Amino acid sequence: MLVKTIFSGFGGQGVLMMGISFAHSGMSKGYHVTFLPAYGAEMRGGTANCTVAIADEEIASPVASEPNNLVVMNAPSLFTFQNKITTGGSIFLNSSIVNEEPHRHDVKVFRVPCSDLAQNLGNIRVANTIMMGAFIRVSAVVTPEIYLKSLETIMGSRKKALAELNRKAFMAGFECVNET
Amino acid sequence: MNKVLMSGNHIIGEAAIRAGCRFYAGYPITPQNELTEYMAENMRNVTGGIFIQSESEIAAINMIAGSSAAGLRVMTSSSSPGISLKQEGISSMAACELPGVIVNIMRGGPGLGNIRPSQGDYFQATRGGGHGDYRTIVLAPASCQELADLTMEGFDLADKYRNPVMILADGMMGQMMEPVIFKKPKPRVYNEKFMLRGAGSGKSKFIHGLILDPIDMEEHNWKLARKYAVISKNETHYEEYKIDDAQMVLVAYGTAARIAKGAIKRLRSHGMQVGLFRPITLWPFPELQLRDLSSKIKQFLVFEMSTGQMLDDVRLALQGYADIQFHGRPGGAVPTPSELANVIAKHYKKND
Amino acid sequence: MAKTVFKRPKSLKENVFHYCPGCGHSIVHRVIAEIIDELDIRGITIGVPPAGCAVLAYNYFDFDMIEAPHGRGPAMASAIKRSLPDRVVFSYQGDGDLAAIGIAESFHAANRGENITIIFINNAVYGMTGGQMAPTTMLEQKTTTSPAGRNKTLDGYPVKVSEIFSQLRGVTYLERCMVNSPANVNKTKKAIKKAFQCQIDGLGFSLIEILSPCPTNWKMNSVNSCKWIDEVMTKEFPPGVFKDNIAEAKKASEAE
Repeated sequence: MLVKTIFSGFGGQGVLMMGISFAHSGMSKGYHVTFLPAYGAEMRGGTANCTVAIADEEIASPVASEPNNLVVMNAPSLFTFQNKITTGGSIFLNSSIVNEEPHRHDVKVFRVPCSDLAQNLGNIRVANTIMMGAFIRVSAVVTPEIYLKSLETIMGSRKKALAELNRKAFMAGFECVNET
Repeated sequence: MNKVLMSGNHIIGEAAIRAGCRFYAGYPITPQNELTEYMAENMRNVTGGIFIQSESEIAAINMIAGSSAAGLRVMTSSSSPGISLKQEGISSMAACELPGVIVNIMRGGPGLGNIRPSQGDYFQATRGGGHGDYRTIVLAPASCQELADLTMEGFDLADKYRNPVMILADGMMGQMMEPVIFKKPKPRVYNEKFMLRGAGSGKSKFIHGLILDPIDMEEHNWKLARKYAVISKNETHYEEYKIDDAQMVLVAYGTAARIAKGAIKRLRSHGMQVGLFRPITLWPFPELQLRDLSSKIKQFLVFEMSTGQMLDDVRLALQGYADIQFHGRPGGAVPTPSELANVIAKHYKKND
Repeated sequence: MAKTVFKRPKSLKENVFHYCPGCGHSIVHRVIAEIIDELDIRGITIGVPPAGCAVLAYNYFDFDMIEAPHGRGPAMASAIKRSLPDRVVFSYQGDGDLAAIGIAESFHAANRGENITIIFINNAVYGMTGGQMAPTTMLEQKTTTSPAGRNKTLDGYPVKVSEIFSQLRGVTYLERCMVNSPANVNKTKKAIKKAFQCQIDGLGFSLIEILSPCPTNWKMNSVNSCKWIDEVMTKEFPPGVFKDNIAEAKKASEAE
């Protein structure tokens, strides 16, 4: 098993946090993981992205030639990365913001209105956690319990209220997609 | 022991502190700032730990030279242009036989270049880098676990041979996160007679690289050369990956070796018997071990994120016994495993 | 039996100075050695000599020393002092070492208020390399690289180290002295001793600038060199105490 995923969006949408928490949950489950962020000037005010690889054996390359999954939090990221996805892979769209349709027809597309759902929960900043709810359900690499534990570990135990909000956000995303 | 998920830059800092590093000086430069920041946050919380944000890379290297002479385990870090500035001090430390660890998180060059991952500093690192007849031990990790292990080992080697040791990684290694286990560091072995701590009631010492008498200078150079010969003999490390049935061997280090492993997996799924020879020490370069391979394997392909620097060492090692191809991506564009696999497939010839 | 009134300080080795006749280095070396004897700190002193004429200072000083690359003395001294806070650490620097190639290291060690002492020899010329222009070379002064005299338009102005460094908040004690007469040598000795005491008391950064004759490169005899300091150099580089925060620093450290 080797799953490579690109998380992408605007700087500030918590894209790197999505990748780190997913990588952490993979590690918690005992898998080999790598987390590779794009860094430096290209981050400032522009798009952010990272690649996470999770495997049951040593990961050769942290760089993905043809990732299995693409998580897209804004429209520019869709155009940047959709051609890289392997046939049969999945694209997860933040459908609140991304109105454009992927031109790929050999991949599955999951539309998650995560910005709208986040606003319903009263905090736009949990849009990424909502997306992770959907992503974790469909990708089925780790269980929701393991993922949420990793998220709490990374966010720190001090923020109990935030942990509760994240849990709610995660479930909102989890429930808005069907397993394939 | 617990696995933790950390970025490469943080791992180097943590490994250094665990290895007993108690003096760090550095000057910010991307893509290694997280290491300087990690030391700022953590060094002063350790008993006896000293952190100085220096006014320049030149000051930083001379600060660690001073603290090393005073007997502390010391480290500085930078990225390519900053490492150029440190060369004066590295040469001086080699001349004065002062141990210390220098981290180079390489970026694109020459000049200011860019901040993307690159391997363009191989020549600088392995040929001494500064002026004069000297060598630095160069360790090239290819995973976060190796960043931790080789950082710790770097301090041991620096002490053992009283010589600067360079950790040569790149922007991708610095930023990448992987789970890591910090092993228990070995206790420090370093003779107090090499430390400069005031003469007390005894004879005074001086540490110097200025030797005006040419015969004395020559003897000092030969003494260093004998030390480098011992290092070459004892401290050569490398990894062989899927070599046993290989008809073609890639030679790559650091990040490039990771890409190469990905490419090899793809090629093998298409029936191409390709393996990898990965130098872990770039100086000393594992030339004898590489030459041994050429007795049965005749196709080699060197892959570097440069225009071809380690290529020279591979040529020297193989001495014409095998065919050598080269693929390079200088300037910060990290190729994907599939791109590299396509290049290799073009060169690959199946033997009967 | 006759009373001994003059002998070699213990902190000087039994070597004959290689410095040119009339050079100020040997005087300053001797003064430093006497002070180290008097303060009884030979065993805990670490000196950092420069690149320049005094690069061989360790042939004369009989306490621990470590050579720094040109200009980097203050960086190295800062680190040694931080690593061994109870030692007495000083760098010994010429005008090129301090005010040209090592201005950044010197300036920032001062600005950080490192608890070290810098002994700064200002002889307005590069001695060891054969008489080239220094940052402290006087306007109109002839050197091998300002053969028509230092030209303010083309070569810039003499750098006034004491005036500039005394502006830094990290500096506790700063004085400019001369070694061109017995009285001035005594004043210099007092100043250096005060600087060392300042460091021993943990009161912070001290710098003593010393106007020092270089008859060889000035192309003068010793007597005229000493006169030149009085008549020409002091116009640009007036001697005196530029900063004395010792009392304040003492109060602050007692309050802690």
